Amino acid sequence: MYAQMVKTAGSGVKDRDEMSEQEQDFQDRIDRGEKIEPKDWMPDNYRITLIRQIGQHAHSEVVGQLPEGNWITRAPTLERKAILLAKVQDEAGHGLYLYGAAETLGVSRDEITEDLLAGRMKYSSIFNYPTLNWADMGAVGWLVDGAAIINQVALQRTSYGPYARAMVRICKEESFHARQGYHIMMKMASGTPEQKAMAQDALNRLWYPVLMMFGPSDKESVHTAQSMAWKIKMDTNDELRQKFVDQTVQQIEYLGLELPDPNIKWNDETKQYDYSDPDWTEFFDVIKGNGPCNVDRMAARNKAWDDGKWVRDGLMAHAEKKAAAKVAAQ
Amino acid sequence: MDASLFQYLLRLGDNTLVLGHRGSEWCGHAPVLEEDIALANTALDLIGQTQLWLGLAAEVEGKGRDADQLAMQRDIWDFRNLLLVELPNGDFGRTLMRQFLFDAWQVINLGRLMNSSNPRVAEIAAKASKEAAYHVERSADTVVGLGDGTEESHVRMQAALEYLWPYVGEMFLGDEVDAAMVAAGIAPDPASLRAEYDALIGRVIKTATLEIPDSSFAHKGGKTGAFHTEHLGHMLCSMQWLQRAYPGASW
Repeated sequence: MYAQMVKTAGSGVKDRDEMSEQEQDFQDRIDRGEKIEPKDWMPDNYRITLIRQIGQHAHSEVVGQLPEGNWITRAPTLERKAILLAKVQDEAGHGLYLYGAAETLGVSRDEITEDLLAGRMKYSSIFNYPTLNWADMGAVGWLVDGAAIINQVALQRTSYGPYARAMVRICKEESFHARQGYHIMMKMASGTPEQKAMAQDALNRLWYPVLMMFGPSDKESVHTAQSMAWKIKMDTNDELRQKFVDQTVQQIEYLGLELPDPNIKWNDETKQYDYSDPDWTEFFDVIKGNGPCNVDRMAARNKAWDDGKWVRDGLMAHAEKKAAAKVAAQ
Repeated sequence: MDASLFQYLLRLGDNTLVLGHRGSEWCGHAPVLEEDIALANTALDLIGQTQLWLGLAAEVEGKGRDADQLAMQRDIWDFRNLLLVELPNGDFGRTLMRQFLFDAWQVINLGRLMNSSNPRVAEIAAKASKEAAYHVERSADTVVGLGDGTEESHVRMQAALEYLWPYVGEMFLGDEVDAAMVAAGIAPDPASLRAEYDALIGRVIKTATLEIPDSSFAHKGGKTGAFHTEHLGHMLCSMQWLQRAYPGASW
């Protein structure tokens, strides 16, 4: 899940008799499963919440290049390097579609980028964790993209048309990412003792941060009800997390790695796996800026933006000169 | 013949390997998202070409090595790339100017290699030249956009050109390996590419309102392996680290 803890604008779900007629019609369209399109009327709070959510999702794609970029230069073979380059190129492309979707709601990419760089908007907590060995490139594809897919598959049915369509396209690419990640893990887990140790280390280190990607437990999640009524959010955090655990445990077993949590056990009554909750104190620390890499990630993005200003200005100035010359020639 | 062809193929493969690696160093740090995508895309093409050139080099060598072993397990003195491509990225302007100066040569050279007497060389060149044509279009556009942009972007692009210019001449210097390739009809005489190259970059640099430095001095030693810059060793430290630290592992 690349957007977490998105604060839903407004004061919670309105009863039908509190809604204006326009709001009632809007809610009816959503309840009928219709898609809302950019030019349609929508409540301000729906618009604001979507900008937050899509913007955070876009920022996650962009910041998410950094932990993988950390290993592109050290990829062990030409093929791995090529695959990783293709993958980060996809991520940047996802950022573009998502910023495009956000722009249909009336904000510019530059505006929300400035919000990110000033710390007013967030990106997924997962990218505040470091990538420390090569198996992390496997674990990121398999677990991080795997978790993102679970969320994003659900979001293909989200009520806002441009967001839903972006998700369809993104999901196709994400499943390639998850497969290449798992392939790296298979190589590592069946490799030399050192490679197997790297695979286990990556799994152990990233397991709980990945569980945190789905956001806090439902009982603490204050934003869910209205976003679900608007079909901006399709399932609760705990439902999605459970789905992830259930699909991943068997994949861990297939790799022959040890489970990262000794409390993972099949529960015959609930027909799902029990597992330990992540340390939510750590999660809130990361969200507040105190994760292992928050400072470095934001410094890197700010540096890229500041160092790139002359390039953006230069290309813009040239485009304006060309446009002016074209007008003069007519 | 095979020894010369092996050397020649290393030159082609090492150019794309080293420049592709340099491009990949930008990941996540470009001035704007479109440039992140373009840099990664170009790097990806170059690494793909590397697999083909070094793969063929390994076959020609016939010692049981493969493209990965050539990329990851040779030391600096066995690298045969032009010095131009191993220079550090510098700012975005220098990276794109270097890309352009290389792309312009690459697209011309590949065009000639498509008529190589060696069908394998001709086949790889045909595939790579489609990518190179796109690369030079994009890098030329960016050089023009930034050269003829703001005052600051103009000054930076001129500085980039001046820094890189002494590394351009090496592309056109021939040696006994080139002579053997010419004799066998495999590859063109490097000097024969110069006029077309000068015409191409002359047009672009002029449109970019920049000036080609008035000097024909050329650093050399990269393509012959006589000596590289100090920068290449540091690149190999990162690029080859896993293969060196865990020899024999399969990744």
